[in-house]
Amino acid sequence: MAKKKGSRELPELTTSSLPDLIFTILFFFMIVTTMREVTLKVKFVVPAGTELEKLEKKSCVSFIYVGPPTDQLRAQMGSGTRIQLNDRYAEPREVMDFVAQERTTMPDPASQVMSMKIDQHTQMGIITDIKEVLRKSWALKINYSATRRGN
Amino acid sequence: MARKKKKVPGLNASSTADISFILLIFFLVTTSMDTDMGLARRLPQPPEPNQEDAQIDVKERNVLNVRLNAAGNLMVNHDFIDVNQLRERAKEFIQNKSNNPKLPELHAKQIDLLGTCYVTDKHVISVQTDRGTPYNVYFLVQNELVAAYNELRDDLAIAKFGHPYARCNEDEQIAIRTYYPQKISEAEPKNYGGN
Repeated sequence: MAKKKGSRELPELTTSSLPDLIFTILFFFMIVTTMREVTLKVKFVVPAGTELEKLEKKSCVSFIYVGPPTDQLRAQMGSGTRIQLNDRYAEPREVMDFVAQERTTMPDPASQVMSMKIDQHTQMGIITDIKEVLRKSWALKINYSATRRGN
Repeated sequence: MARKKKKVPGLNASSTADISFILLIFFLVTTSMDTDMGLARRLPQPPEPNQEDAQIDVKERNVLNVRLNAAGNLMVNHDFIDVNQLRERAKEFIQNKSNNPKLPELHAKQIDLLGTCYVTDKHVISVQTDRGTPYNVYFLVQNELVAAYNELRDDLAIAKFGHPYARCNEDEQIAIRTYYPQKISEAEPKNYGGN
């Protein structure tokens, strides 16, 4: 009797494994996601180039942002070019401490790369200062961040 | 009796899918899969503290002076040129096909896989900027110089091995890098051409 009843009804599609499936995708994205750990206090438009290389080994990359303060902060900070390290504005000489501090968190300090995100209208003076400090702190691999431009 | 006990009302889990969907969409939106791109450069090693201005003598013909002033004008050796012309100029300089006495010296060099070649391994491209030079001009110049090297390396790789530099194996790449070593010197900045 019961058997007969069961065979008459259409077997429902079981969706009980759907959450598991979605969770798997969720975990995948949680792992690959790299949320920007700093809030940007400077605004920058990086220049466009053709001979770009991808930044590999994300764990060995430190970022230096250079540009004018964002619109919200302009009233307090003025519109002069600023350097941002982690979450605050810094002077060129503070880059050395920043490099050393970043190095301690890296699995492979020898392959440390400094990614320079610099606004295209910045004057070279401040960049030269940063480069000199980077040289002194033996962070010799640098990467001028840029967007790809077609020929 | 036993059958009734099995019929414990199950927790309704049909909304878990929705919850995880929302989380999934959140991570999909915040994720930045875009790989950071940039022009990779290498800074020279810091000068030794006890090393007093050990000027390395470089013959004038071996140097390509690229100067940028505060207005963003480009001067190569003694000519004002446009950024678009820089690539050809740099390629001509690095190659020195015609053994021109004004271009870098050619030296015979034994290179694995390539045999004895005449290469301009002593050439230096010196980029000098002013403190007021706009960054995008400097970047464009660096980009053009790297492009010049990349084009030369690709041409050589295709001529010798039949495929571009990026597809060469390690030994082939080393051979080509020995043939065309990248020598872009970032000279100490100078304050000239206005303040």
